[in-house]
Amino acid sequence: MAENLEEFTRAAAPPHVFRQWFMDKLFMGMSVREYSRSIATPFNLIAALILAASAPVFYMRYVHGLASVVDASNYYPWGILLSWGIFAGEPLYACGFVMAAAYYIFGIKSFRPFVRVAVLGGMLGYIFAASYLLIDLGRPWRIYYPTIVNFGTSSVLFIIAWHVVLYITVQVLEFSPTILEWLGAKRLHAWAVSATVGLVVGGIILSTVHQSALGALYLMTPGKVQPLWYSSYLPVLFFSSAVYCAMSFAILLVYAGVRYFKDKSDEAFLRGAPALTLKLGKGAAIAMYVYFALKVLALAMDNRWAYLFTGWGYWYLVELLGFVAAPMLLLTLAVRRESIGLVRFAALWAAAGVVLNRFNVNIIAYNWYLPQHFEQIIPAPTEVMMVVAMVTFQILCYRWIWNRFPVTRELPEYRNAH
Amino acid sequence: MSDDKKDKDKDSKRDAPGATGRLTRRKFLGLSALAGAAAASAPVIARAGQSQGAPEFGGWPNAYGMLSDFTLCVGCRSCERACNEVNRLPAPDAPFDDASVFEQSRVPSAKAYTVVNRYKTGDPSRPIMYRKIQCNHCLEPACATACPIHAYTKTPEGPVLYDKDLCFGCRCCVISCPFSMPAYDYESALDARIVKCIFCYPRIKEGKQPACAEACPGGALTFGHRAELIEVARKRIAGHPGRYIDHIYGEHEVGGTSWLYLSSVPFEKLGFPAGLPNKPVVELAKGFISSVPVIFTTFPAIFGMVYGIARGNEKAATKEAGEKEAHHG
Repeated sequence: MAENLEEFTRAAAPPHVFRQWFMDKLFMGMSVREYSRSIATPFNLIAALILAASAPVFYMRYVHGLASVVDASNYYPWGILLSWGIFAGEPLYACGFVMAAAYYIFGIKSFRPFVRVAVLGGMLGYIFAASYLLIDLGRPWRIYYPTIVNFGTSSVLFIIAWHVVLYITVQVLEFSPTILEWLGAKRLHAWAVSATVGLVVGGIILSTVHQSALGALYLMTPGKVQPLWYSSYLPVLFFSSAVYCAMSFAILLVYAGVRYFKDKSDEAFLRGAPALTLKLGKGAAIAMYVYFALKVLALAMDNRWAYLFTGWGYWYLVELLGFVAAPMLLLTLAVRRESIGLVRFAALWAAAGVVLNRFNVNIIAYNWYLPQHFEQIIPAPTEVMMVVAMVTFQILCYRWIWNRFPVTRELPEYRNAH
Repeated sequence: MSDDKKDKDKDSKRDAPGATGRLTRRKFLGLSALAGAAAASAPVIARAGQSQGAPEFGGWPNAYGMLSDFTLCVGCRSCERACNEVNRLPAPDAPFDDASVFEQSRVPSAKAYTVVNRYKTGDPSRPIMYRKIQCNHCLEPACATACPIHAYTKTPEGPVLYDKDLCFGCRCCVISCPFSMPAYDYESALDARIVKCIFCYPRIKEGKQPACAEACPGGALTFGHRAELIEVARKRIAGHPGRYIDHIYGEHEVGGTSWLYLSSVPFEKLGFPAGLPNKPVVELAKGFISSVPVIFTTFPAIFGMVYGIARGNEKAATKEAGEKEAHHG
């Protein structure tokens, strides 16, 4: 009788049950004191300082307007918020679709332990890319306008808006099995898993279109973008560079897993990481040869050779030789020698090259002919501050999820479920 | 005979694990190759799209235009003043009779639809020229093409109008405008918006001419139907040999603009952008936009097929492996 009563009280005590759930899921089973001690690290201190320092900048942005925090003008309407947040960010976050395609569609079974971390990288990345828009749009509260209120069907940006919205949805659904496993919702989990292949094909389509659309946006700027960077190939160049950028970013994410989330990763992930790094490195190298050839073809198509021997040409060669050809050759060498460390370094270099390319198209070579161009494109310190704060916050979010969700480990009850 | 068959079976079974290994590798290479192939096929798709694009528009018939003859402009800035008054714009930073503004190169801003700049031409017969700058009201405007919310309208009368109630402030119109004319009001947190010349649309509807043309004392601005203005401009060039260069700026640039210009020196010397194509900016992106539906229709089939093949191989491999196990067991 007494036992029954006790059982009854336990079952009818949601606060207690909820507390247990809360401690398990959010504090990773630690007590409040243990948890607070575990987060008191130098990294977190620096992160907290950065976020605290950026708070007044964000306050200025939303209370006093964009003019108080960015140096935008008629000639330079977009700055590093969009160049970094969207144009450089999205090729990195293509890792979700590239890895999901490799595993679910092409059936490369050995990619299995690494798909989720890539999908997480993509999903969170895209959510952050959209967040940069919430800073940079003049009227961020109207962010849904192109998808609901009125349609600019001739607009490349309209295409991008729709694709980003749909792709974020697809990625959240793709990632949902992980969330549902964390929550322990088995029936929903089975449904979510059954939809995966369709979602992945959708993701491939949406990514292909919108990665190339980011380049197509600049098809509309003849004369404004320096002729070496302006090409009718822009959509293809943006898409093909996104493919190897994505693989490079996946290599780096897996490295982060091995290096910083060892205790949150299972054997399959940790043991498979070197082989995966080599495979992705090989794939990235092949994609880089394709991209390099397309870059040269673009020069030849538009007969831009003469520009190579100007100041702009030298800068172009720094990008093409120093940030495409060099990491490409290093990657080839590293894969041949099976040097994991070198593959990772080359991947970082290759990804940096794509970021540089987007900055070149967006900022450095945009309105290149204007007087005082180079003084105009230096970003305001407040704009840099916002970007640094966003990157910090993004890393914290990755870590928070990675620590709690079964990202690089399989829960025993869901083995072989995806 | 039956022995033969058995041998073959054995062979295929023996091959099974190795074959799977090869397939995996091949599949991986296939992935990389496909990434390349997709990248390579996109321009083909884009080019195919170009030929099937919408027919050329070429501008509204009977639309109005303005002929701005820089050889007649004396830099009095009466147009700036009239524009400011008629459109009830904020007070200018410097009064309209203050010539010191010519010390710097100005652009239309959130406070002014139009500005007049002074240029040193380097031409001894006409060392100084003035140029009035405002939105050119393109026949096929890049801003309207670029806007994801369709906040811009090209009216049949000619003016390109902007609706701030639809705008969410992405500034893609500013990026795309070949003349960098839309000015964004960055100063306001709640009422941020694009500001640009409206070609006095309400006045045109009333049958009047735009305020700047009415105010111009030197006859530098001529308002009328665009088609007729081109004739006027041609006659001026033909009738005054040596006075004009043989170029009506805006007749063909980016598919034609409502505002047309005459000058005695090349337009680049007056700060006009060089290297603009003669076709509308919309044409440059049309190929890409028409390739999007192609991707949506072909990709599910292509990747569905790839998935089917990969899945089939996998099943065959497991089946063979299973059979082999059963055989051994």
